[in-house]
Amino acid sequence: MKNKYSIFSLIKNAFSQHENWKQAWGNPEPKKEYDAVIVGGGGHGLATAYYLAKKHNMKNIAVLEKGWIGGGNTGRNTTIIRSNYLWDASAGLYDHALKIWENLSQELNYNIMFSQRGVMNLAHNLQDVRDLKRRTHANRLNGIDAVWLDTNQVKEFCPIINISQDIRYPVLGGTLQRRAGTARHDAVAWGYARGADAMGVDIIQNCEVKGIKRNGDQVEGLQTAKGFIKTKKIGVVAAGHSSVIANMAGLKLPLESKPLQALVSEPVKPIIDTVVMSNAVHAYVSQSDKGELVIGAGTDAYISYTQRGSHDVVEGTLKAILELYPIFSRMKMLRQWGGIVDICPDASPIISKTNIKGLYFNCGWGTGGFKATPGSGDLFAHTIANDEPHKLNAAFNLNRFVSGDLVDEHGAAAVAH
Amino acid sequence: MFVINCPYCGERDQSEFSCGGEAHIVRPKQPTELSDDEWAEYLFMRKNIKGVQFERWNHAHGCRKWFNMVRDSSNDKIHAVYKMGEKPPAI
Repeated sequence: MKNKYSIFSLIKNAFSQHENWKQAWGNPEPKKEYDAVIVGGGGHGLATAYYLAKKHNMKNIAVLEKGWIGGGNTGRNTTIIRSNYLWDASAGLYDHALKIWENLSQELNYNIMFSQRGVMNLAHNLQDVRDLKRRTHANRLNGIDAVWLDTNQVKEFCPIINISQDIRYPVLGGTLQRRAGTARHDAVAWGYARGADAMGVDIIQNCEVKGIKRNGDQVEGLQTAKGFIKTKKIGVVAAGHSSVIANMAGLKLPLESKPLQALVSEPVKPIIDTVVMSNAVHAYVSQSDKGELVIGAGTDAYISYTQRGSHDVVEGTLKAILELYPIFSRMKMLRQWGGIVDICPDASPIISKTNIKGLYFNCGWGTGGFKATPGSGDLFAHTIANDEPHKLNAAFNLNRFVSGDLVDEHGAAAVAH
Repeated sequence: MFVINCPYCGERDQSEFSCGGEAHIVRPKQPTELSDDEWAEYLFMRKNIKGVQFERWNHAHGCRKWFNMVRDSSNDKIHAVYKMGEKPPAI
């Protein structure tokens, strides 16, 4: 990499008052033709471009982004990373991603602030206890670290939790994945953008896709805000807007787009050093390095592309948070926002070819796509380059909605979808 | 979050209602004769439009009746509400 970041580059730039740092990625005009075009400059799309260039030697490629890179769901999630999924296919997919996360800062030469602070999932009723214990066993059979904690061990691991048995949803125990944690979400997009740019990938921002040109069942190119771009391979990673792009190609997807909300509090001193998720009451909380509580709420129950979300959803989450953590009762919330998530009927993603040649979709991540970013990019790049899925994403094809071979993580995942 | 004009109860807060998704998906007349592709289309495939779309709603915490609605999903603006069985308005 040309401008490698290191202690020496830091010292060198200090002498010029840090005014001579080079731009981390360029701002090129689109060429007339590319070997492949990725639609969507979020974490997943940039990672796809990075691995296409790095592992499959496809350098004449572009990433098209409607707004600015990382400005969609990549910058709107609660940054949780874990791989404790129930089914073998999901465990394979998410743990593949987690293994890449563990070395990603070194690989990208960019500090993504990956922090393996552990993720704890709470059980609030007997069925939760049974489900989470079962999931712990399934995880361990798949080589994923997971332990069951009883109520007192939960309290020991996270002392601010209220374990009174008199509350509406008492804590009956929980699972812990110690390898899980968080990462700085913006840095993930920036790190991949810088890495891809260094290998010659064109990252084109403010370039909305307006149409997809087909010749029979083969794609020929894209109409964009910056003119027509010819290409034989299009990889769509447009999250909540996947159906919008699919409709341009005359394709229907099994998706519904809904706003998912998150909020942060005013910054305070360190009080919670792990991530705690609670399925039954749909509340999860962690603390950012700046000191803000990062709180994830639920989705609105209707299709909407408004990037806002309803107040009653936030209200429900905060009620649950206050019951579990009475210490937060006087915290002030600083910001609230929504992102549009594309939800599949089985709450598992789609990383797949389509019946249109040269058109690939990576979508349906719903409420939990951030954790999979590196793995998703790696497997989608494999699928695009070889026109065949990798064995880790073979189960996540579009055809599963025809065959009925669904990957039903709905409710079986660690958090309600 | 918005206010919905229930055709039976009048204006109520959206949190009283639950959304039943895309409207006017007709249940197959001969389910036994459907191919796997046709089943997938009926069960799973959705238009998921960004813009004006037709959808079903239920006044779950009110009269519990189903009705249809025309709503713009890009700004949550409601264009029309009509009862089940009524002809959808031309929009």
